[in-house]
Amino acid sequence: MADPRVSVPEALNTLSAGLVLISAFAMVATRQVQGVVRSFVIQSLLLSASCFLIGYSRSSEHLWTLGGLTLAAKVIAIPLILRRLLPGEYYERREISQAVNIPASLLISLLLVVVSEFLVGPVAAGSADQVVRTNLPIGLAGVLIGAYSLIARREAIPQLIGILAMENGAFFAGIAIASDLPLIAELGVAVGVMLIAIVVGLLTRNIRQKLGTTEAAALSELKEEATTWR
Amino acid sequence: MALNPIVLDAVVAIPLLAALLCWLPPLRNRAWVVTVISAWIVLPLTFFVAANVLTGRRVISVRGWIEADALSALVLTLVALVAALAAVFSGGYMRRREHDHSRLWWFYCNYNLFAFALLLVPALADPNLVWVGIELVTLFGVLLVGFEQTKGALEAAWKFAVLTVMGAPIALLGLFVLFWAYRSAGGGRETWEGLQAAAPSISPNLLRLSFLLVFVGFGAKSGLAPTHTWLPDAHSQAHSPVCAVLSGVKTTVPLYAILRFLSIVLASPAARVGNWMIVLGLVSVGIAAFLLLQVRDYKRMFAYSTVEHMGIILTAAGLGTRASDFGAVSQMMNHAITKSLCFYVAGAILLTLSTREIKSIRGLLQVAPFEGAAFLFCAFAIAGAPPFPIFLSEFSILSAGVSGGQHATVAILAALIVIAFIAILWNVNRMVFGRAGTHDSVESLPISCRVAVFGAAVPVMLLGVYIPAPVHELLRLAAQQLGGQ
Repeated sequence: MADPRVSVPEALNTLSAGLVLISAFAMVATRQVQGVVRSFVIQSLLLSASCFLIGYSRSSEHLWTLGGLTLAAKVIAIPLILRRLLPGEYYERREISQAVNIPASLLISLLLVVVSEFLVGPVAAGSADQVVRTNLPIGLAGVLIGAYSLIARREAIPQLIGILAMENGAFFAGIAIASDLPLIAELGVAVGVMLIAIVVGLLTRNIRQKLGTTEAAALSELKEEATTWR
Repeated sequence: MALNPIVLDAVVAIPLLAALLCWLPPLRNRAWVVTVISAWIVLPLTFFVAANVLTGRRVISVRGWIEADALSALVLTLVALVAALAAVFSGGYMRRREHDHSRLWWFYCNYNLFAFALLLVPALADPNLVWVGIELVTLFGVLLVGFEQTKGALEAAWKFAVLTVMGAPIALLGLFVLFWAYRSAGGGRETWEGLQAAAPSISPNLLRLSFLLVFVGFGAKSGLAPTHTWLPDAHSQAHSPVCAVLSGVKTTVPLYAILRFLSIVLASPAARVGNWMIVLGLVSVGIAAFLLLQVRDYKRMFAYSTVEHMGIILTAAGLGTRASDFGAVSQMMNHAITKSLCFYVAGAILLTLSTREIKSIRGLLQVAPFEGAAFLFCAFAIAGAPPFPIFLSEFSILSAGVSGGQHATVAILAALIVIAFIAILWNVNRMVFGRAGTHDSVESLPISCRVAVFGAAVPVMLLGVYIPAPVHELLRLAAQQLGGQ
């Protein structure tokens, strides 16, 4: 789609969109917990870059604010909080247990990109705005890949990062299609995301302290059969 | 009667204040008293809101942000009622079950925050803020479920957190798409009211896409199949007063948001989704009915029954006629009051006999006559036997389906309701009757628990035989908000 009228910020946003998708793939392909967190930070950085770029081309203060919030919350605060909640060795460990192996996971992720293009491509194509056509399918792909990594991962922190990556995907589409959302709603949503990270992080720490593991797969006692009675 | 709209703010703000007070060190020992007082101040205030809505006006505190119409007032009243009785019940229950009393203030702090978030959602007029409210509900709910810090409680809290928080970004994307569609159609400030008015001019494709995403996201939170699996775990592990709030109203609140969305989508004739709702609702009812046949834990039994009732409400709303909408909101009310009673009784049994296993309880009527009689009463009520209110609302849903020409839906729904009915009563029969089993220790029930059980039983008894005119009118007006034809 070589449109000569695409402005520089919009072209840069397209570049950022491509990198967002690649960082989503990186989250699926990394074994180390540390690596997953790093890919998430990079993705959040790209998201805030896109906020600033679209905010510049549409001269919208809302997007500038949102970009700043994303930077503060997801690039700086959440990684710091997660660091504080769990010891460093946890992040350096190589996470082996994964329900599906990595090449297969990457293939599935690729399939999810196709699915999301198929789902919202026709809707987005109707828009005259280049940014919408780029961000909507990639945002949905981000949500779906995040959801997949949430299902495939068995460690608590990568699962939390999966949820946050889903949120990044939703926002990546949101900045294109809902850029003039009321500020209070944006603030509320940003606070909500922070709280999710804190609560789930705290829960992970409690599970680690009580059970000595952070493998979510170990949490499988509650079901209809073979229940222990206290 | 004109109502000062500050009452609506007070309904939301008082629990927040109570949470703050529970946190203050001098009041930590009296956290329960603070909670009960605040909950019982909020309850009459919600009655005022409801009474004002009955005059046909909405209560507007901040236009476009904090408003209440009949549907909001109904949900507000239900939340306040359940939260008030559960607060009373928690007094004796928590003291008995939680050995470390110095942690109780933290429980009540969370409890009040949970009540705050639940009351916030129906009072908000902006769908995006409703998302924030529902997120808060989920997070405080997670803290309450995991409060006991045992292996089981942490596992339940983790499953609850992952499954329900996962829905949040999906719903958020749906809200962004809705906002986009609304603005493309020339809409101004986005409120439930404005959306409903603008729905016919919004692109039906975008409307359907956004509804799909929101439904997936919020459906997980209200315990609809196939994302219902957190529900039985959370309900078996959380403390019983928390279960009463979780099951009675925590599931209803996201469903309330779904119903609001549904009314918008149904207002756009081109975007028909009613049949989808019927199918998905029936799937929830069906899965719950068959799982009810094989439960071993009576708290899990009530949890599956919640999945069943959420499915029934969704099916009724999907039928999309005026009569079925009335059935849906009545079912919402009846489920909230009956299910909270069930969990008080379940909590009472757990306190007296210290087991949650159906198998190990025999002859409950002899072992503990009060709990046995109460259990029989609430089981009949929740299963939908006449003359209890759930029977009435289920009957009105089925008859609305027949008069709407949806015979297949009605037949399936009726069959599944009967299966669930049999399953619940079969389990209850095993527990209540028969020769008394041997129990190591039978403890007496604290007075606050007895009071809550009696208090919750009154509306269940009353509404089955007589619906006061104001309640009927509130239900009618609330059903009107769902926009059935």
